[in-house]
Amino acid sequence: MLITAIPSVAFTVGANRIIRGVAIPYPVGAPSEEPAEELYIRKCLLERALKALATPISEQTIFEE
Amino acid sequence: MTKIRVVHYMNQFFGQIGGEDKAGIPPFATNDPVGIGNVFQLASNNRYVIVKTIICGDNYAAENLEEVKAKVLEWIKEENPDLFIAGPAFAAGRYGTSCGTLCQAVITELGIPAISAMHPVNPGVDIAKKDMFIVETGDSAREISSVVPKMIRLADKVLNKEPIGGPEEEGYIPRGIRINVRKAKRGSRRAVDMLVKKMNNESFTTELPMPVFDTVPPAPPVSDMSDAIIAIGTEGGIVPRGNPDRIEAHNASKWCHYSIEGIESLKKGDYEVAHGGYDPVPANENPNRVLPLDAARVLEKEKAFARLHNEYPVTVGNVTAVKSAERYGKEMGEMLMSQGVQGVILTST
Repeated sequence: MLITAIPSVAFTVGANRIIRGVAIPYPVGAPSEEPAEELYIRKCLLERALKALATPISEQTIFEE
Repeated sequence: MTKIRVVHYMNQFFGQIGGEDKAGIPPFATNDPVGIGNVFQLASNNRYVIVKTIICGDNYAAENLEEVKAKVLEWIKEENPDLFIAGPAFAAGRYGTSCGTLCQAVITELGIPAISAMHPVNPGVDIAKKDMFIVETGDSAREISSVVPKMIRLADKVLNKEPIGGPEEEGYIPRGIRINVRKAKRGSRRAVDMLVKKMNNESFTTELPMPVFDTVPPAPPVSDMSDAIIAIGTEGGIVPRGNPDRIEAHNASKWCHYSIEGIESLKKGDYEVAHGGYDPVPANENPNRVLPLDAARVLEKEKAFARLHNEYPVTVGNVTAVKSAERYGKEMGEMLMSQGVQGVILTST
């Protein structure tokens, strides 16, 4: 599965399981937050990624929050 | 001589604002030509008059495309130009995506003709090619002086509603549109001619190129996370200090894999960004912002899955040819599968 700040591009090139990341230079980061909060945000994104990996799909899917 | 009023869209780089460090700037407009805008005016013998230039940072546009589109449409509506020019974007993916999206919106929502120019692999092409003519370019801005006259010639034909020939003749990217034409020889005759040429190993031009199918059927889900080995990887170019295998910052010729066994978090200074297409400052400061090792370790401890794979695959996806990217993806998948990995979390910058 793919975490990207530009799901539309991922969709165009054929990625199947897609989650919207935070920003292009830090898809799983949040530099403006305190380190603990940033780690929490990153962990939440990965939890959603694991959930997407465990979800059966029949076509390209952007997993929304 | 009729003047053609043009609104021109460009990114922060062509807008002479700056490089990746300025890629986050929101859109703004000026009533003068900027940079290449002057080339359009000159190459058209000043028939084209740039009445407004809209400049927006690549990251800002890619991350807030709907908002940028609304703003740009509003400005164009106010100006009511004869033509909208976006780019040229060459092979720049974020820039091409915004050019394609904006052109499509200007054509379909405002009914104003638009023209752009890109490399055929630019993701912006697929967004807009059905609605417009996109002049085909190479992957570098070096050829700007030959691209501008082609754009003007094609735009003139669109504006004057002149007949427009096929993609090869006019220099645009094939739009996937078929039109009826009358040929001197009937179909069966042309097919036999082609077959004879093929049998004699002579060159021939097909009339119906076979489409390239690059869709991949979705993989079945991971059935039991508590038993699954999960890998993380990235095309964002996070490499050990000094980039030991010298993955190129641009059009990478390879992918690599590195061990993360026993490592809890990617420390600043131990890992760095080899990618040349985004601002590396945030991820050099904390490489976990692109390759999320620290959070993956936390989830591993919480038993969200059985084990994190002890290697990660990495390449640089920056103006990288789609053909190479497909091969790297296939090879990464084969390696990880052979090592028993059941699920992969990839990040893309």
